[in-house]
Amino acid sequence: MYNFEYSRAKSVADAAKAASGDAEAKLLAGGMTLIPTLKQRLAKPTALIDLNGIADLAGIKRDGNNLVIGAMTRHAEVARSKDVKAVIPALAHLAEMIGDPAVRNRGTIGGSIANHDPAADYPAGVLGLNATVITNKRQIKADDFFTGMFATALQDGEIITAVSFPKPDKAGYMKFKNPASRYAIVGVFVAKTGNDVRVAVTGAGAGVFRAKDLESALTKSFLPTAVEGIKIAADGLNSDIHASAEYRAHLITVMAKRAVVACG
Amino acid sequence: MPSVSLTVNGRKVSAEVEQRTLLVQLLREKLGLTGTHVGCDTSQCGACVVHVDGTSIKSCTILAVQCEGTNVLTIEGLAQGDKLHPMQEAFREHHGLQCGFCTPGMVMSAVDLLKNNPKPSEREIREWLEGNICRCTGYHNIVKAIQAASQAGR
Amino acid sequence: MATMIGTSVKRREDAKFLTGRGNYTDDINRPGQVHAYIIRSPHAHATLASVKTDKAAKRPGVVAVLTGADTAADGIGGLPCGWLIHNKDGSPMVEPPHPPLAQGKVRHVGDPVAVVIAETYAQARDAAEHVEIDYKALPAVSDASKAIERGAPQLHDEAKGNLCYDWHLGDKAAVDAAFAKAAKVAKIDLINNRLIPNAMEPRAALGEFNRATGEYTLYTTSQNPHVIRLLMGAHVLHVAESKLRVIAPDVGGGFGSKIYHYAEEAIVTWAAAKVNRPVKWTAERSESFMSDAQGRDHATHGELALDKDGKFLALRVSTVANLGGYLSTFSTTIPTWLYATLLAGVYTTPVIYCEVKAVFTNTVPVDAYRGAGRPEASYLLERLVDIAANVCGLDRAEIRKRNFIPKTAFPYQTPVALQYDSGDYPGCLETAVKASDYAGYDKRRAASEKAGKLRGIGISTYIEACGIAPSAVVGSLGARAGLYEVGTVRVHPTGTISVLTGTHSHGQGHETTFAQVVADALGVPMESIEVVHGDTAMIPFGMGTYGSRSLAVGGSAILKAVDKIVAKSKKIAAHLLEAAEADIEFKDGVFSVAGTDRSKTLGEIALAAYVPHNYPIETVEPGLDETAFYDPKNFTFPAGTHICEVEVDPQTGVVTVEKFTAVDDVGRVINPMIVEGQVHGGVVQGIGQALYEGCVYDPKTGQLLTGSMMDYCMPRADNLPAFSVGHHTTLCTHNQLGVKGCGEVGAIGSPPAVMNAVVDALKPYGITHLDMPATPERVWRAIHSARQPRAAE
Repeated sequence: MYNFEYSRAKSVADAAKAASGDAEAKLLAGGMTLIPTLKQRLAKPTALIDLNGIADLAGIKRDGNNLVIGAMTRHAEVARSKDVKAVIPALAHLAEMIGDPAVRNRGTIGGSIANHDPAADYPAGVLGLNATVITNKRQIKADDFFTGMFATALQDGEIITAVSFPKPDKAGYMKFKNPASRYAIVGVFVAKTGNDVRVAVTGAGAGVFRAKDLESALTKSFLPTAVEGIKIAADGLNSDIHASAEYRAHLITVMAKRAVVACG
Repeated sequence: MPSVSLTVNGRKVSAEVEQRTLLVQLLREKLGLTGTHVGCDTSQCGACVVHVDGTSIKSCTILAVQCEGTNVLTIEGLAQGDKLHPMQEAFREHHGLQCGFCTPGMVMSAVDLLKNNPKPSEREIREWLEGNICRCTGYHNIVKAIQAASQAGR
Repeated sequence: MATMIGTSVKRREDAKFLTGRGNYTDDINRPGQVHAYIIRSPHAHATLASVKTDKAAKRPGVVAVLTGADTAADGIGGLPCGWLIHNKDGSPMVEPPHPPLAQGKVRHVGDPVAVVIAETYAQARDAAEHVEIDYKALPAVSDASKAIERGAPQLHDEAKGNLCYDWHLGDKAAVDAAFAKAAKVAKIDLINNRLIPNAMEPRAALGEFNRATGEYTLYTTSQNPHVIRLLMGAHVLHVAESKLRVIAPDVGGGFGSKIYHYAEEAIVTWAAAKVNRPVKWTAERSESFMSDAQGRDHATHGELALDKDGKFLALRVSTVANLGGYLSTFSTTIPTWLYATLLAGVYTTPVIYCEVKAVFTNTVPVDAYRGAGRPEASYLLERLVDIAANVCGLDRAEIRKRNFIPKTAFPYQTPVALQYDSGDYPGCLETAVKASDYAGYDKRRAASEKAGKLRGIGISTYIEACGIAPSAVVGSLGARAGLYEVGTVRVHPTGTISVLTGTHSHGQGHETTFAQVVADALGVPMESIEVVHGDTAMIPFGMGTYGSRSLAVGGSAILKAVDKIVAKSKKIAAHLLEAAEADIEFKDGVFSVAGTDRSKTLGEIALAAYVPHNYPIETVEPGLDETAFYDPKNFTFPAGTHICEVEVDPQTGVVTVEKFTAVDDVGRVINPMIVEGQVHGGVVQGIGQALYEGCVYDPKTGQLLTGSMMDYCMPRADNLPAFSVGHHTTLCTHNQLGVKGCGEVGAIGSPPAVMNAVVDALKPYGITHLDMPATPERVWRAIHSARQPRAAE
């Protein structure tokens, strides 16, 4: 690790101020990706602004038909939350699939989606559930939030404060784990709200994306059999020693089908 | 150099550290608590698991300065004097360790599991250990030890 | 008395490990210590145009920056290879230099180039970025079969065509003749995948130099400190044994990877004298991936000739073995004497021929990894036997039974040099078949199919050879060391006992097992016995722990020392009891005059020996301290049957091990709990090889693509079932304990059992072979490209 300055922000405003003053500073949320990256000397920030001391960034609230999860809420908290299990059980399941228990005790939803690792789980949940990302400056629809590999719509000095999830009628998440890293080789989040079906795929592409073919098939008929014949094009999908693009394309269909089954 | 003050195994300590110093480095290098180990550099092996404010975390993936004011429990603080913690005792009884290197993290994780889920199934135990890698035991006796500790009602 | 052997005594090692009081190399800090960071080649193959250190030397905290020029100037030698192999034509193998710091060229990613020594590790690593190294990249080759092709990049000037040796064993003419008469032939081409050992404790080394005495001390993560002292002292640093102390304290697993003498050990020891401060180096895991010797990596063609009844007539094997960029300490013997000699397996195959080309490539050196050569032999043979069963239309258990060496045939001379002393292979199979509920398999298969899964069952009936010996024989085969072991039994004046062993325990529980053995042999409580290992200043000598040798060879040495203690004690007892020596009996720790109630305890004898006031001083020296060197008469031959059941998800290709049964013959079992633990761990390393682990280099650049646990899949608890482990024992006939060794059996027997099960599960698709690891994509592709026997789910 290169050395850096460290400060503990007391409020979001405090953090935003520190972040906007230094383009090379980084916000430190759970640190489950940032710290390993620093250890490998793959990043050289001038300063880390620690968000862990901002109490009002953590917590889960029900807001009418919505579930609002504070940016600094740990994965473990989401996974065992009675509210999440009651409103969107698939989201609790997704949180339980992330990393391992010690990682889930530190990692946060805000950190995960701000990082937008192409193999992370939360982006699939946020996009699949048509959530709204709330920042200190504005509200961003999920469809506009994830812009590319490790890229989001967040601007300098913009800090995620919470994510608001509308309650779907049904939802399911199915993850095919990389056997070594346990990140998603393919993760598929399926959600049905009224006649609207969304299918968000993580792990397979440069970033999370919606699988339109699967969405239209499931809009017509929300049954596992509706997707099993659909062949996803491998073009542009990730290919590495663990899974070729062709295999990932195949897994998207299989995981989608199983996610529909999981919807119950 | 910043200084950090925290409670480790019930003892108040402070130390000067670099900003980049990890909690595990503070424990091992500044406080001489070498029971917590480093087995990888990608936050996967779990040899470094300790409890911070009552939950298990990987001490290789948190900065020492982030632990200001926290209460840290390491493997050295688990036994009561010469009396082993029931989880330590179960590992000994069921041969849940061989070379001993992953053991501190494994035990600390297992203690946290039973805190969250006092009666886990075999499957739940195996899944909980996803972040603790052991190369010696094949996990068989580790799982057995945790089952035994659970059955002993602890 | 004799109550300790066969008892699952809880381990005396455990309390310290469970409470965080272990003492591993990285836990040790010496006054004035500085820290080393090793700069490693990022290229698989490059010439070193220049290495400039002046900028780095000025960075904060830097004590020294040392390069290959410095080692050369100080006359530092290369890392030696411990086993000379001869080519088919009798000429010796090629032995290129293996400098601790690169000299003019780097040959694999991770090859050490320079070392930065600073007050803190972070400072050393910071400064390392200011060492300017001009690499001129060269084309690289990582695949051994490609490295011997014409036009391949050449690693060493000495090794034409990258060939280290072209070796063979067996009677080629007889084998060819048998094939000419064969009714059927089973054939296979397979890859034995390269593995990365990944003991959980990363390697570390701490060197220290005492200017007053001129003595060096090295603390290191080693399985055999005396071997390191010998190799490093004599070949690399040119320091006398008397001035070099090597300590291997608690070591966090080895699995072979901590046998070898590594560059870092020599570097810190040498540098400690140069900077006149203790120098510590601890590997980061990513360094372990590119610097710990790796395992396996064979490409093999095998053919088995059979008669019309499925009897094996001959075996013909051709293997290309990858040795990596340099010769690691015991690398050359793994694909030869520890491989081809095992190709008879547990079968009566009358003639066998095996040829092996060993090849340099731009990869991390390859050496012994748990099993070492024997897993490669057993995998080839057991896969081939399954294919033979298919070719002959025989049941896979039946074809094995038809070819087993019968229980009555021992000692059994194989056509590939070894003489097996004992075993009961049909008995192992029968016990395993029962234990695994083989009869209930069809029901379980039906249940799997109902759930949309494929199910397969696989058997492997393996053998291995442990306690490699005798010294004279291995010497004639090229070993450059003796393979005996040393034990000292020191009875102290108060009757407590120190047992010193030249073996090293890094998870195996020797401190417990050896104490059990001595407790029974001397009839004293275990608590009075301390087992000491791991320090060349305390232990007379030793060859260390590898190849499942510790109890068979080290334990035998200890018993030999016990015999000497008893013999001397009888003389002392005879004097004290005023009886003839021939009338003294020893039983349960008491020396008595036959037929009387007159006796002396071992403690009383010890006191007399150290306070020799009333003592046969004319004929017996004072003291009760005996050392024995034990050179075994033969290898030992553990064997067994492993049965594995897997489920395959045909939609994703995911394989899960559902049931695993191991029945092993490891000879006499001293501590069943510890033996079972060894089997569990070995089996999981074998399952890891079969399903999860595979080291991958980029074929174009030689970059290590599985350079961390993010990409190299370590088996986790949730990948595995609970195991059923049992024994079917025959005793080793040539050591006093009757023990054979248990450290490697799991890793040797399990890969073919798993893969035979996977292939069995895929049988409906016409699949007859799949290379390891059977990753989801590999399995899915095999299914996908095969004929489709049923509609996809």
